[in-house]
Amino acid sequence: MNPKLTRRRFIKGVIFSSAAAASGAGLYLSAQSAGSAVMERLLTLSINGVDRRVDVAPQETLAFTLRNKLGLTGTKVACNRGECGACTVLLDDIPNYSCSVLTHNAKRHAITTVEGLRNEDGSLGVVQQAFVEELAPQCGFCTPGQVMSAEGLLRANPNPTREQARQALAGNLCRCGAYDHYLNGVMRAAELLS
Amino acid sequence: MTFMHIGKNYTPPDAIGKVTGEIRYVEDYRREGMVYARLYTSPVPSGRVVRIDAEEALRMDGVLGVLTAQDLPPTDAPEEPMLASADVTYVGQPILAIAAISDEIAEAALERVRVDFEYREFVTDPLESLTAGGPDAYPDGNVLNQTEELADENATIRGGFTRIKWPAAEIARLRNGQEPQGVDYAGGWEYGDLQAGFEEADVVVQESFVTAGTPHHSLEPRSAMSYWENGKCYFHGSTQSQSAVLESLAAMLGIAEQDLVLINQATGGGFGSKGRSYPMMGVCGHFSRILNRPVQLRITREQEYYVGVGRPGMQGWVKVGAKADGRITAIDVIIISDGGPTGRNSASASAEHLSVVYTPGAMRLRNIPVFTNTTPKGAQRGPGQNEMSAAIAPIMDKVARQLNMDRMEFRRVNAPHSDSPVYQDRGPLTSAFMTEAIDKVSDLFNWRERESQPRSRNGNKVRGLGVGMGYHAAGGNGYDGLVRITPDGRIHLHSGAGNLGTYSYADTTRAAAEVLQCRWESCEIVAGRTDLNLPHASAQGGSNTIFTHTRTNWVAAEDAVQKLKEIAAAELGGNAADYSIGDERVFRSDDPARGLTYGEAAALAIEMGGAFSGQEFPEDINPITRRSVQALAGTGLIGVAKDKLPKRGISPGLMVSMAEVEIDLDTGKYQVLDYVGVADCGKVIHPHGLSQQINGGAVWGIGMAGFERHVYDPQNGLPANVGIYQAKLPTILDVPAEMKNGAVDIPDPYNPAGGRGVGEPAQGAAVAAITSAIADALDGHLFNRVPVTPDMIVNHLARNQPGFKPLELNTF
Repeated sequence: MNPKLTRRRFIKGVIFSSAAAASGAGLYLSAQSAGSAVMERLLTLSINGVDRRVDVAPQETLAFTLRNKLGLTGTKVACNRGECGACTVLLDDIPNYSCSVLTHNAKRHAITTVEGLRNEDGSLGVVQQAFVEELAPQCGFCTPGQVMSAEGLLRANPNPTREQARQALAGNLCRCGAYDHYLNGVMRAAELLS
Repeated sequence: MTFMHIGKNYTPPDAIGKVTGEIRYVEDYRREGMVYARLYTSPVPSGRVVRIDAEEALRMDGVLGVLTAQDLPPTDAPEEPMLASADVTYVGQPILAIAAISDEIAEAALERVRVDFEYREFVTDPLESLTAGGPDAYPDGNVLNQTEELADENATIRGGFTRIKWPAAEIARLRNGQEPQGVDYAGGWEYGDLQAGFEEADVVVQESFVTAGTPHHSLEPRSAMSYWENGKCYFHGSTQSQSAVLESLAAMLGIAEQDLVLINQATGGGFGSKGRSYPMMGVCGHFSRILNRPVQLRITREQEYYVGVGRPGMQGWVKVGAKADGRITAIDVIIISDGGPTGRNSASASAEHLSVVYTPGAMRLRNIPVFTNTTPKGAQRGPGQNEMSAAIAPIMDKVARQLNMDRMEFRRVNAPHSDSPVYQDRGPLTSAFMTEAIDKVSDLFNWRERESQPRSRNGNKVRGLGVGMGYHAAGGNGYDGLVRITPDGRIHLHSGAGNLGTYSYADTTRAAAEVLQCRWESCEIVAGRTDLNLPHASAQGGSNTIFTHTRTNWVAAEDAVQKLKEIAAAELGGNAADYSIGDERVFRSDDPARGLTYGEAAALAIEMGGAFSGQEFPEDINPITRRSVQALAGTGLIGVAKDKLPKRGISPGLMVSMAEVEIDLDTGKYQVLDYVGVADCGKVIHPHGLSQQINGGAVWGIGMAGFERHVYDPQNGLPANVGIYQAKLPTILDVPAEMKNGAVDIPDPYNPAGGRGVGEPAQGAAVAAITSAIADALDGHLFNRVPVTPDMIVNHLARNQPGFKPLELNTF
């Protein structure tokens, strides 16, 4: 967890943007009309190495911005409340649940989503390649999150033990139960890296 | 037989899209002018809508409309309505939908809706409703009077209301583990001489049991997006199936099948809950027609626990008789199902598990589906069989111990063979190699040696070993296959199977590539949209796809091969019988140099017309397939056929598992230390896919054994678990870091590709191995309750009263 983007900071951010009610939509509804807060709306976000300009409401989550404003629908929203990890993205190489990060809090970080992992020549990134070789996904809905958590682990520790990989993926639920195939994928990715 | 493709790993095309995020699920689609719908759900468990006031909501900027039951075709209770009005039957039931230009506005508008209800009595525990004087879920009765057998696990249940009550003394007898006397049942079946069976038994054990209802937890919340163009409805739906959803959704929308285009590239989990269309899909479809705009309806995680359906819990009693040699002579079982608001239940399938896995000489089922005001019930992975597997395993261990038999040997003695007469009609199985599976798993687990060791105690930790068996009827027949070869030499494998996440939609097409003896690289799978012209397929549930659709692909490809040979004979002389295929060519067997490439033959098929290019087609194919062939006619060589291959009896998916658990006696928490699962699923079609199903099923088994359950507040009928953390599915830390698996790998003689399904029994065997191991660790103590939670273990060890009444359901 990125120390700069704790749950407390997320909640504080919501409070300061005068939010009232949690919503299923990925927005935190404003008691007053959105935008009344003194906060810039047009942000520049660094996403997958590219600066993207986007109009962001004060209470908007990063998952919402990515999916609904920027068309980056690879990031999945399964619970929208920090339970499952399907929406995991990297902020400065560290895995974060994008449903629990306010977009305004992400503006000074390098954001990496699952769309940003292919190599420059278009081939699959190492984790992606390894996950395909081990046929890690089943239904695939949690897969982008699993890929990002694995990517975050390998950026910090390119040679993890299976147990370290298990701990690193512990925040990503998979209802199909493809856990050991994902672990096989992480270990194969580490092999491909070495 | 040596196969080119079957039994080998490959990369299913959707695997790439899943790791890159490029594959699209329903909510990833956008459409010009799309609006967002949200649901107003019932705050009361039982009642009637008296008045809806949506005026204030409709006056809001950006709100486009409201949909209520009055705008929809009527349904008769206990069938589940798309939106409730006359009968509100559970907390969270959709009452009204609201559409707005943004989901933010739609949600804000919900706050302005006022609904007045008339309140009714409600019930969350079936036994409470079955007790004389107890509350009923509906004014008209408490028990489903089912009038039709279900066509499949996902078919709409047909029936009406009846009322059955038992005297309180008989309910108490059941809670006490005894057979109730002189009471009524709603249904059941029986074979053999039950009385004689118990008389000849050397050991008779009777126990009552209860298994919890469980949510499906599909990670993709139910989502739909639909729009209408030129009288056709284009529907993006989160579904497991293609044809089966097409049929049921068209009926729900009141349109002809050919006016519905169902689009479903990928589904974020279904596990039985999305086998056919479900009411929320109807809400989206009708709303988009009325508003004449594309409508997206996506429910929240919390709502998924209301309307996402769940496995029915059951309360029951079982009596097992066995002879000294281990043979089970008789099984008598009573099952009271938690039917939720629709009465859907799996009692017969639960009894089927006992019949197939333990092959008793005589057997009887008596059952009652009782309505409750809880979330609607539906098929969930191994419906009926898996929860029975969980409950019965420790009870069968008790029988084995009383017989002084090894628990694995006891199961081996009773395991089904291909000719075992099973289930209601005492039919055979297409094949069964359960004893081989038991032997293989015993070897992999080193059962004999480990079981013979005394159970060691390490400080406050004790260990136990368990064995479990899983079964599910896993294969149908009579559906259609469709392949197409185009003049460029490409081979198009049309798959009508839905993509529910198991890769079976793709695995089954490998059978067509096998028959055509072509390179996999020359093939492309055509799937995921009705308007891509797909053949009629079974519902993707019941582990049936592998058996059912390797057969359809096989017969369609055989038809294509025959046409290739006929075209070659017409072009190059001789008879079709003079020709062979290989290397994507059809050539004279006596002169391989004389032949045509598949592409050349496809071009000739277009010239020759008729059946060769789909202008003519077999009369017995389904209208769905017929329309697809008509649309494809003239575009290549068409291979199309209905599966009329022989099939004898039930095609079983079978599984045997062994597990070791370690229980912390201080906290009651336990861990699965070791797990091995071995499948008898015929010839392995796709090793990676099989491993995914066995190990994924084990994760499900761990969840069912220890964590997952529906819980309701009995005072207000409120569900207590509406989040992943409250009805916990296993995380990666709850399961062993590595699990071993294997397969018997003997082909089924009724499938030319040799395979049978196995996804569902993988869970059943796993949960049984764990409940068996828990009992073993605790000196054979029977909880007769699933899940087994730490508080139950601690209370047992401390000799405390448990925190619930015996057989209590839908509670902590």
